[in-house]
Amino acid sequence: MYKIAKENLSALFQKIAESFELYLPVKTAGQTNFAAWNADAEADLDTLKTVKSAKDAFFPQSEGLYTVKKEGKKMSVEPESLKEQDFVVFGMKACDVKGLEVLDNVFLADPVDTFYAARRDHGTIVAMACHEPEETCFCKVFGVDAAAPASDVAVWTVGEDLYWKAQSEKGEALTERVKELLADADASGEAEVEAEKEAIHKIVEKLPYMNLSLEGWNGDALSEKFDSPVWEELYKPCLACGTCTFVCPTCQCYDIKDYTAGTTVSRYRCWDSCMYSDFTMMAHGNNRTSQMQRFRQRFMHKLVYYPANNDGMYSCVGCGRCVEKCPQALNIVKVIKAFQNQGGEK
Amino acid sequence: MQELINRAKELLADGTVARVLGWKAGDLPYNLEPAYFESAEELDDFVYNGFCGANLSKYMIEASKLEGKTMVCLKPCDTYSFNQLIKEHRVDREKAYIVGVGCKGKLDIEKIKKQGIKGIESIKGAEITDDAETLTIQTLYGEKTCAYADAMLERCHVCKGKEHMIFDEQIGESKETKDAERFAEVERIEAMSPEKKFAYFQSELSKCIRCNACRNACPACSCRKCVFDSNKFDSSQKANVDSFEEKMFHIIRAFHVAGRCTDCGECSRVCPQGIPLHLFNRKFIKDIDELYGEYQAGADTDSKAPLTNYTFEDAEPSIVGKRG
Repeated sequence: MYKIAKENLSALFQKIAESFELYLPVKTAGQTNFAAWNADAEADLDTLKTVKSAKDAFFPQSEGLYTVKKEGKKMSVEPESLKEQDFVVFGMKACDVKGLEVLDNVFLADPVDTFYAARRDHGTIVAMACHEPEETCFCKVFGVDAAAPASDVAVWTVGEDLYWKAQSEKGEALTERVKELLADADASGEAEVEAEKEAIHKIVEKLPYMNLSLEGWNGDALSEKFDSPVWEELYKPCLACGTCTFVCPTCQCYDIKDYTAGTTVSRYRCWDSCMYSDFTMMAHGNNRTSQMQRFRQRFMHKLVYYPANNDGMYSCVGCGRCVEKCPQALNIVKVIKAFQNQGGEK
Repeated sequence: MQELINRAKELLADGTVARVLGWKAGDLPYNLEPAYFESAEELDDFVYNGFCGANLSKYMIEASKLEGKTMVCLKPCDTYSFNQLIKEHRVDREKAYIVGVGCKGKLDIEKIKKQGIKGIESIKGAEITDDAETLTIQTLYGEKTCAYADAMLERCHVCKGKEHMIFDEQIGESKETKDAERFAEVERIEAMSPEKKFAYFQSELSKCIRCNACRNACPACSCRKCVFDSNKFDSSQKANVDSFEEKMFHIIRAFHVAGRCTDCGECSRVCPQGIPLHLFNRKFIKDIDELYGEYQAGADTDSKAPLTNYTFEDAEPSIVGKRG
């Protein structure tokens, strides 16, 4: 394990940026989101949750796929190139890292999504333990340890120092590159990290959502949950905006569209939201015609369909961004609780 | 709050209304949600406090299609939106039993959290009957306090007043919360050089994630099908690309609601990225006031709106040209 003083962080970022593209939480106009680092960027490692997750680094909200050009009678197709530059995402949290596991199961399964796979190959993740978890956090419910992110490098903040531990080959390689800025952590440092982990676990136990029960939510619960009258009650305040889906680290649905500009057509893909009326629109129309059905889709996907296809793993990681950001205060926790209280039947 | 619940129960019991539209307690001290109540028993979860920022007027578009009347709780500022929706024939006045609820300013949890208050367990002082000037917040990291005014939504600092513009009855007292000039921020931006102005809006709008929360919460945005959702036009735009959010979406939306926007502030309240979207609309309001005389959308249900009423006295477009 190594350590570095907080005051040397900008030197560390500078050093990382010499060999990698670097993405980290940056404060812009009052809000903290992952963005490319540069010397003028206001890095913000104190805000626990970025508004959007770090998902964009691997699966950007919008990305080009290919461009078709017409010249006279000739047509050419130019595919968008895959990510070739190594990059580092600094400051993800344990829940965000788990979120990538959810995306991996979708995009790295056959047929592999080459754009995503290239980014996963080239990305190194430095994740931070959650120094002070908040009331909207419920990662433990989904088996995530806020004190020990499963990333290439794990980082703990203790007082004015950051402790650094490589946990994979990529992590070792990154550590080598920045070693000159890191000092060996001695036994007392190790003890400090253990104390920090313990402090995090203590807080986690006290969080209001930590004892949320997922009983009854699994891949076999399809008909029982789908047909429940509870949805009719739950969806009503929903504005049908896409906030929950766009701040979510695991939502993975996208749309593919064409941008036509005279003699060129650019095909791109962009995140879609099951809350939107044209989501999965097909030639015959839309198979979800009401907001209740769209609302239900989101939670059924996270808690029933995804587990059915992925050995019981849920596609929620308990980051709580939807809890914080839904304009009308609806969220997955309320859905789970509503079914618990009413047993899915009324 | 109890008075409100009792009255709701009476109105349900005597058949005046079929349902009540209000707010339901959440599972955190601040995350209550808009909700319908159809029985006295359900009303046990009814809550009305400082966190009831949501403007329920827009829900009345759907509620107007339901069988029977809906008792709807509207704060003074919400009633402007309701009036405007009547004017636009989007809600049915006969389907609404409006209880004008008192208001002492609504709270913005984001503003509380921005002060570094986290791990919130309970909040005291947000109750509507409470005259406390301070919120006392128990957190996992100790007790914190926060001045009520410092935690108020922007719109409450420029409150339009304590009067309900439309109601069937009123319950609860309102409090004066205005402590800032409505157009001060607009004037500050007007005074910027074009480059600075552009940089300011670019910085704010770059945060936009195209979630459409502003549009979907907006009572003036009540088109059945938004042009940005229609796949029949090139305007259907789902990609999050700066050029679009910064230069088109929000500006087109502001133009579309100009003269109809009551300045209810929902757009800024719901924005997950804290973009001060109301500034676009407020700029239009200020311009309309200056060019056509003072006008407040939603102050009544029958006056002609300046942008759809043509008179010989209207400002000539050249005035706009001269003014720059």
